[in-house]
This record gives sequence, C-alpha cells and structure tokens, in this order.
Amino acid sequence: MRIDRSADWANPVPPVRREVLSATPEADEGRPPLLFVPGYGHGAWLFAEHWLEHAAGRGFPAHAVSLRGHGRSGTAPGTGLRAYVHDVVQVAAGLPRQAVLVGHGAGALVVSHALARYAAKAAVLVSPVLGGWGTLGMALRRNPVGTIPALAGAPLRVGRRQLFGRELPDEQARAYASRVRFTSRRAQFQLITHRAPEPPAGDPPVLVVGSQQDGIVSQAALTRAARRYGSAPLLFPGMGHDLMLDTRWREPIDAIVDWLEKD
Amino acid sequence: MPSSTDFDSVNRPVYDRGDNTVCVIGAGVSGLAAVKNLKEHGFGVDCYERETTIGGAWNWRNDRSPMFASTHLNTSRPTSEFPDFPMPDDWPDYPHHSHFLSYLERYADHFDLRPHVWFGSEVVSVEAADEDGRWDVTTQSTGRAGSTRTHRYLAVVVANGHNWAPRMPRIEGMDEFRGKVIHASAYKDPAELRGRKVLVVGGGNTGCDIAVEAGQQAVKAWHSTRRGYWYVPKYLLGRPSDQVNMRVAGLPLRLRQWLHRRVSAVAIGEPMSFGLPKPDHLPWESHPVVNSALLDRIGHGDITPVPDVARFHRTEVELSDGSTIEPDLVVLATGYEPRFEFLHPTLTGSGPDNRPHLLLHAFAPQHPTLAVAGLIQPDAGLGLMVHWQTVIFARWLRLRAADPARAEKVWQRLHAESGKQLSQGKLTDVPRHWFEVGYKKYLKELQRLLDETEVPA
Repeated sequence: MRIDRSADWANPVPPVRREVLSATPEADEGRPPLLFVPGYGHGAWLFAEHWLEHAAGRGFPAHAVSLRGHGRSGTAPGTGLRAYVHDVVQVAAGLPRQAVLVGHGAGALVVSHALARYAAKAAVLVSPVLGGWGTLGMALRRNPVGTIPALAGAPLRVGRRQLFGRELPDEQARAYASRVRFTSRRAQFQLITHRAPEPPAGDPPVLVVGSQQDGIVSQAALTRAARRYGSAPLLFPGMGHDLMLDTRWREPIDAIVDWLEKD
Repeated sequence: MPSSTDFDSVNRPVYDRGDNTVCVIGAGVSGLAAVKNLKEHGFGVDCYERETTIGGAWNWRNDRSPMFASTHLNTSRPTSEFPDFPMPDDWPDYPHHSHFLSYLERYADHFDLRPHVWFGSEVVSVEAADEDGRWDVTTQSTGRAGSTRTHRYLAVVVANGHNWAPRMPRIEGMDEFRGKVIHASAYKDPAELRGRKVLVVGGGNTGCDIAVEAGQQAVKAWHSTRRGYWYVPKYLLGRPSDQVNMRVAGLPLRLRQWLHRRVSAVAIGEPMSFGLPKPDHLPWESHPVVNSALLDRIGHGDITPVPDVARFHRTEVELSDGSTIEPDLVVLATGYEPRFEFLHPTLTGSGPDNRPHLLLHAFAPQHPTLAVAGLIQPDAGLGLMVHWQTVIFARWLRLRAADPARAEKVWQRLHAESGKQLSQGKLTDVPRHWFEVGYKKYLKELQRLLDETEVPA
C-alpha cells in the first residue's frame, strides 16, 4: 500500500453531479447498503432494470451510480479511470453505512481501484473486465471489427451477442444494446495501460461472479480475478456478459445476497 | 464484558477485558481513527470519552474545545480527511470547523463506532498491569464524581489531543493589569472584540487568525509577535497552497525555500515590507503560518504590529522596545501544552524537559503496547497522518502475536533510528515546534513501518 499520494492530493478530481438510482427496503434491517457500479458505456439504468428492486426486496438498500460522462451524471474535462474511481468512492462515503461495492465489467476494475481509497464492507466483481493484455486479446478474438479501430483511438464497439446470452429475445437485446454509449477515450486506453490496483483498505472479502459463456471475459480471466482475492469464481453457465439483463437475472443477484448474508 | 476478575495492589477489582481488547482514550479525530482501524484489524475496542459527544477539539460544544466561530481548517481537504473515507468533493477547500465535525460524525456512523465509546467517562490512570505489557485503565464519570472502575487491556492508544490545556505565559505585572486578559481558548466570537482596544499576543496560526478578526471588529488592534514569521497564503496560483507545495514536495528543501520566498513575495509580499521583523529562519523550518489576510489588514492600518510584551502595568502594556500601548482586552494566543495526567511521565519517555519522547512521535519507547495518536504538527492535514499511525499500531499488535521474532527486529530498528529528524530543516526550538513533522519525511517513515508490520495471511 502506498501512503504518500502527493500527486493525487495536489490535483483533486473536480466534482460533478452524479446520478444515483436507489431502491430501499421497506424496513431498515441494519443491512449494509449495496453500491452497484456499471461498466464502461453503461449507466445506472443497467441495475435499475431488475437488480436494485430485487436486492431491496431481500432487505439490502441498493444504489447504482452512473460514472461521470455516463447516464445522467455530469461531465468534466480530463475524465479517466482516476475520476471514475473518485465517483465511486464519493458516493460510497456518502452512504449512511459502510457499503458493499458491486462492480460490473470495467466497473469491476473501477471498484478494484476504489477499494484502496474507501474501506468497503465487502466487494463483488461481476463479469470483471480488469484490463491488461488478456482483455485486449479476448476483445480482438471475439470482436476484431469493433476493437481494431479502438486501438487507433476510435470508440470501442461491443457486439450485442457479446453482452447477452442466447435466451434473451433479439428485440430486447437490441433495445438494451441501443442504450450502450461510448466511454471516455482515455479510460478506454487505461484498460490496457492502468497500473495494478493497490491492496484494498481494510482487507474486505471479495466475491467474483461470472459466466463461462461471457463474450468479453474468459473463464481464465474470471479464475485469475478470483485468485487475486484468494477465492474461486461463482459461475452461471449459459449467461452473457450483462448478467443483470439476462432472462435468468435472478440467479446471480440471489447468489450475491446469499453470500452477503452468510457473513 | 468482564471475563475474569482480578484485584490490583490496593485490592480494588480489575475487570479483565481479555487478550484482544484495546483501550482508546478520547473520541476526537485521533481516537475515532484508532477505534475504526483497531476494529478493522479484529480487535475489541473500548473508547473512553470525557464529553458526551464525539469530535473532541472539533466539537465547539465541548468544554475543552478551542474552536471559535470562524475557525476553518488551515490545510485543504485531501490530506485533512482520512485516506479511506473522503469528505464530499463539493465542500470548500478549507472546510469550516462545523463541516469537519459533521465529517467526523459521518465517519463514526458509517463505520458504526459509537457503540464502542463510553461517553462521560474520564480516564484517571493508566498503569502497567503485568509482564505481558497489558494495562490497567481506571475510569470515573467526568467531573470525578462517583466510584472508579478498573479494566485490563491488551494495549492502550492515548488520543486525548494536545490543544486543550492553555499555555499561559507568566508576564511581569499581569496581576495588577486592570484590563481583561484571556487565553485564545476562551475566545469564541468576534462580538467579544467589538468596540474594544485589543492586543493579540502570539504569531502562530491562532494568533494571526484572531488578530485579523480584531482588525475587522475592534476599535484598535495590536498584534504582538516575538519573532518574524513567513506567511503562507491560503491560495497560490488559484489553488490551495498546500496542494501547490505538494507538487514541488519532491524538490530539495533549499530549492523549495527559495521558491516559497519568490512565489509568496509575489502573492502577498514579504513580511519585511509591512514593517514586520525579518524571520530568523528560512521558510518551512518552522510550522507554516497559513494566513492571507494578516499582511493585507496590516497594510490597511487595521492591525498595528508590535514587538514582544515586556510587562504589564495597571492600565498599559509595555513592549520590549520600551513603548507602551493601552489595550483593554489582551488575547494570549500562546498555544497549548500536551498533557497526560493519567500517565506516569516515564511511560512516554519524558525527560526533564517534560516532553514525551516517543518513537516516530507515536510509540512509547519502553512499552510496545502503548501508543499516542495525533501528537504531531504536520505541514499537511492530520487525518491522513493519524490514520496511518493507528493502522500501523493495529498491525504492530497483530505482528507481536503472530511473529514475535520479527516484531522484535522491527522494534530494535525503530530504537536504533529513534534520533532521526522528522521535521524539515533545523527547527527553531520554541515549545510549539518540538512535535512538528515534515509530511513527506514522516510518511516515508510510516510507509516503512507499515511494510515491516505486514502480517502474511
């Protein structure tokens, strides 16, 4: 853990208005709040579709944030991974109790960095895109047409079949895919160039969730991500990258809540 | 709850809190950080707080709080906050004391710290209990009413603050002076200055802040300083000046001192051009006085700078240059004395100078299970420093249990390097400077200790 962060302190991330969607349980049962962090290109709406209400129904206050430049959050110049991490940490620290951070896709990368800046209760990485050359290799293999222009600085295009499982009706898949926006170019490059995250503050338990059929994250990448936090991934065969939009969206969120209840 | 009952030397019962519970004294910034970090490392924690609320010095309702209505942080947010729980980013760069208190309250609620705090309990004594380095902590209701209780703990973190016991100078003739003399700790509101002739004594941050208020409110304001100081404006180049300093913190001290002089000469001017004495030290050799308004007010004639006070007479104050002034209110901003009445001085390594001699300003040299949190005066915020001090202490306690041999090595190393200078440049030896640290140097030492105390899972 690096404690002298002078370069960071000397140059604070500018504040923006942040969109936070919430669902709260009818009675406060003292459960830790969940903060869902969508991946690049997605906004807080991703979790408002099914997961927020479902988590609240099981007694956990649930919130989802849109990273700056996404959803209805504001924009600021110089946006990149560091600013996204800042957004997550700011929203988490503003919650009344120590929160569980749940990051999806590249949002899991943001969460893995945020854990060093906020003492979370626990963290869940869903279909984590932790970046590096492995992510690039997979992207080139599965989606060369969308990826090669991105290497030259164009926005990364992700195929709809990479995001969703086969069971999701085509029309629905097309509707969801149309809501996916491009992320900051700097953040896109930082997927490959970012430094490994610092160790988490306070050593929270971390769960990795994913699917073997994910068109963006390989099973090897899931195993690697889980191993970094000393566990094995929890797998949901047959689902796409966007587990929370799948027809079987209930299974992973129930598994996550079960895992939290166990502690 | 007590797991077993023992009796101390005078036959009072001692409630043993077990092998894993640590006592924290005080629920201010430092105490709360200690509670949170010890808890996070798996320790049980009992925190004793003499007041009925958290916040310590930052809670203006507390008897011993030195806050006055307009007190703001004089370090900007990024280092004033705890590094794992930031303040809201839409707060001002230099938050007001009420902001900072609400931040501490949020911290306590967020991490559920309040159940660990025993409010209205004053610590009467901390005594070594046994060979294992455990401690008997005796407490009593605040005000010393009622009976005492003694609990036994694995370790103790002293976080009772160092800005509550006023240092009152003895100046000849003070008793016969007919005007009012107060210590800065008793100053609360600028209305107290309105319509009066005010002399503010002391060139530290508090003295300068009050002098500026006197300049705005009083009929006449004098500001007496013993020496010349360098003033750091709150903003340089449109940014909080501590953040600007951090950008160049990696440069050699000499170069920074030169830069500081050049840049602040442009921004607010040199003290000498305002008729103030030339500082007898270089910038950054003593705790910076962060104030943009003082020189400005002097330039407007609202504040008259005067030399040291020589003695008081019945209606006037005689200065060291022989001249006299006639204030009717004297505010002594002469600082505070760290006090640990409940600890035997030898525990903190205090010598004849009555100052604790702690390893890295935090760890009792002869007692590996006793630490003092927050007894430093850094040129950056305190939240950052005290967080890592307490994380390290928690890790250190873990390491002692898990790997005594390695712990012993770390301990030897700390002792061998106990003479290391933690401040920048040579310090001017006045009472308020002995626990100053240069943040960069200090963090480097903390980093090293943090790495050394890592316990493999």
